[in-house]
Amino acid sequence: MSKEEKKVNRRDFLFTASYTIGAVGLGAVVWPLVHQMNPDKAQQALATTEVDVSQVEPGNSITVLWRGKPVFLKRRTQDEIAEARAVSLTDLPDPQKDEERVKEGKDEWLVMLGVCTHLGCVPLKDKGDYNGWFCPCHGSHYDVSGRIRKGPAPTNMEIPKYEFVDNNTIKIG
Amino acid sequence: MSDHEYIPKSKAGKWLNDRLPLLTLGAHLTDYPTPKNLNYWWTFGGILTFCLLTQIITGIVLAMHYVAHADLAFASVEHIMRDVNYGWLIRYIHSNGASMFFLAVYIHIFRSLFYGSYKSPREVIWIIGLLIYLLMMAAAFMGYVLPWGQMSFWGATVITNLFSAIPLIGESITTWLWGAYSVDNPTLNRFFSLHYLIPFLILGLVVLHIWALHVPGNNNPVGIDIKKPSKDTVPFHPYITIKDAFALLMFMIIFAGFVFFSPNVLGHSDNYIPANPLVTPAHIVPEWYLLPFYAILRSVPDKLGGVILMFGAIFILFVLPWLDTSKVRSAVFRPIYRQFYWIFVLDVLMLGYMGAMPAEGIYLVLARVGTIYYFAHFIIVMPVVGLLEKTDPIPMSISEPVLTGSADPALARKDNEKI
Amino acid sequence: MKRFNIKSLLFIAIFLLASSAKLYSAGGESEPLKVDWSFKGINGKFDRASLQRGFQVYKEVCSSCHSMQYLSYRNLGEPGGPEFSEQEVKAIAASVEITDGPDDQGEMFTRPGRPADKFKNPYPNVKASIAANGGAYPPDMSVLVKARPGGSNYIYSVLVGYEDPPAGVTLDDGVYYNKYMIGNKIKMSSPLSDDIVEYSDGTQATVDQMAKDVTTFLSWSAEPELEERHRTGVKVIIYLILLTTLVYLSMKKIWSRIDTEV
Repeated sequence: MSKEEKKVNRRDFLFTASYTIGAVGLGAVVWPLVHQMNPDKAQQALATTEVDVSQVEPGNSITVLWRGKPVFLKRRTQDEIAEARAVSLTDLPDPQKDEERVKEGKDEWLVMLGVCTHLGCVPLKDKGDYNGWFCPCHGSHYDVSGRIRKGPAPTNMEIPKYEFVDNNTIKIG
Repeated sequence: MSDHEYIPKSKAGKWLNDRLPLLTLGAHLTDYPTPKNLNYWWTFGGILTFCLLTQIITGIVLAMHYVAHADLAFASVEHIMRDVNYGWLIRYIHSNGASMFFLAVYIHIFRSLFYGSYKSPREVIWIIGLLIYLLMMAAAFMGYVLPWGQMSFWGATVITNLFSAIPLIGESITTWLWGAYSVDNPTLNRFFSLHYLIPFLILGLVVLHIWALHVPGNNNPVGIDIKKPSKDTVPFHPYITIKDAFALLMFMIIFAGFVFFSPNVLGHSDNYIPANPLVTPAHIVPEWYLLPFYAILRSVPDKLGGVILMFGAIFILFVLPWLDTSKVRSAVFRPIYRQFYWIFVLDVLMLGYMGAMPAEGIYLVLARVGTIYYFAHFIIVMPVVGLLEKTDPIPMSISEPVLTGSADPALARKDNEKI
Repeated sequence: MKRFNIKSLLFIAIFLLASSAKLYSAGGESEPLKVDWSFKGINGKFDRASLQRGFQVYKEVCSSCHSMQYLSYRNLGEPGGPEFSEQEVKAIAASVEITDGPDDQGEMFTRPGRPADKFKNPYPNVKASIAANGGAYPPDMSVLVKARPGGSNYIYSVLVGYEDPPAGVTLDDGVYYNKYMIGNKIKMSSPLSDDIVEYSDGTQATVDQMAKDVTTFLSWSAEPELEERHRTGVKVIIYLILLTTLVYLSMKKIWSRIDTEV
């Protein structure tokens, strides 16, 4: 390689190195500016909530606010569970077995986001043609397992991540 | 400017350029002939652009989380510092960025004062620059109010109360500014709105500032007019872009030093006390970059007089191109003016120091001396020295002293200062 | 040469300016004592054990009057702070009764605290706190260390600075003399006395030890991001120095072109 060529190579390397290192820095600067819009630590702290369900009788339900949305916690009677399990999957617009929507050994408890999967209204409890919930906005009917049966909603009401901390406490999120 | 027609290389480029000449603009900026002897004092324009963009970007991000209500503002800033992802970083960049912005603008202004960059034909560039400076001070003042600490509140009270000194309409103007009968929530809300607005006004003025500059081209340390392009100039890219990048990186190291290791040293601890209208701090002081004007304000026993002199101290700068009678631009060749320049720098620093001290005793005396000298510099020194001074001989071109081995060592030294 | 003298005068002026930042003081109070805090300096870090002890002092001595409204209980477990375990944080939060509500009857109720809750205020509002403290407001301490000139040194000095007033100084009822307090007078009696707290880690709870620990805790509370800020700062400055060097060399390379042309 001639001296001139060697010089050009060294110069290109220097410029390439400068640009590359500079680009890395630029990326490092952009990340905080983007990440600051993600949920902050206070939001994340409220990301889980523990609910005391010891006062809920079979057949009743309570509603709590979690991540800004309502969560229905219904304690079903044995009859209601049987009713849910008797439904044939072919009758369901969004086929799903009742067993898949509850925790093993805790079949009484239905924990789901109280948000209609059509356009986001909050369905009313103990209403509708299927002994479950009815959404007044556009007429979606949900059954006793929170599954859509009739109406414009495409899917069953969403089951969030939850677990039983003990027999009386459910941790959502 | 007579640029030869720029022809874009690609068809897409030509299509766009025919409809909006962005590529022609780009070529103009890239090829823009710049004096090759510019020293590092000329890098601060680029640094200031970086500062403005930094403040705008961090400011917009902060505005996503800040709440402009008297009951919530202080808490919202703490929320940013503690909970928002990288909130502490963005906040400290913004607060220290304001100081760095003013550090750069003062160096930039004092460069112009030394090298005569305000003189014909660059008067309009100078005036637009002063308008930018005024808007910077307004934006900084209002920005400081937003955290709603003790200094925020009381600094706002002191400065807005100044308007009541105006005869007849003063009280009404002050109430109108406040939107209430004292600095209160309405004041905070409108300051937030205006604080968000002003940087974009500054951005517009910066475009005009650079446009006006590109007509005659840059001044240079020797202060002589040069032909462009010629052997006295270099294309802006890559020569000046790389030099500006180097200077900017050095500036950023200092900036980072403050942000990461001493983020509150330039501020005042009282501003971490939530605003209390019933308790006045022992010493109300503005941020450091406003101190010289604060000293001038307080050196006059009469309220209206103080206000007039304080604004006068800025407005006198507007007429500087006409106060300076010298036919020679650069202080490099003005041995008498040079002395007065450095005395003026000392005077401004002293005024700044006095602004931080209570307005009593020796501090008040010195503030008054400093104020009188400040005005004397513009009203007496500039015209008189310009007329009477015997200037050093100036070179014919920038390259000439190097090529012809000019006798004046001072010239040769300044020329070699390019890197 | 005249120019030389004036310029050097300028540099002397700047030097004096920079070093005299704290020339002015209000009155007779003494300069704060200087402590070699572990969190000062470029590589400063908080002493975890001291933070935990300091929290204990806050909880047992100060929290009955002083709020820390910008802290949440979960902060006690987050990195860079006392770093209590998740269980300990839950227990600390649960030991406090937090007002919540309204419930479905429209009534406010109390419940045990949760990590997400903010530190409980000892008083329902500022006026109640002033009324309960002889007309003086015990300031919220979340950012107190940043709110006082002298910062950590000042807070520590005030805590250990109680003494009898010098001759000729009379104090009103409920006012105490402090060597380091701005103005020398403070409406809080000396809050610390030897062994007023029994440290769970067995450290001897002298006034000096407690003052250092609680000041460390308050310093963390004012600047919980300090350790991350220092770590990031070191990386940023090293990066900038690296990039500056590369750009400097590039600049030299580019500018060498015109020298050869001329």
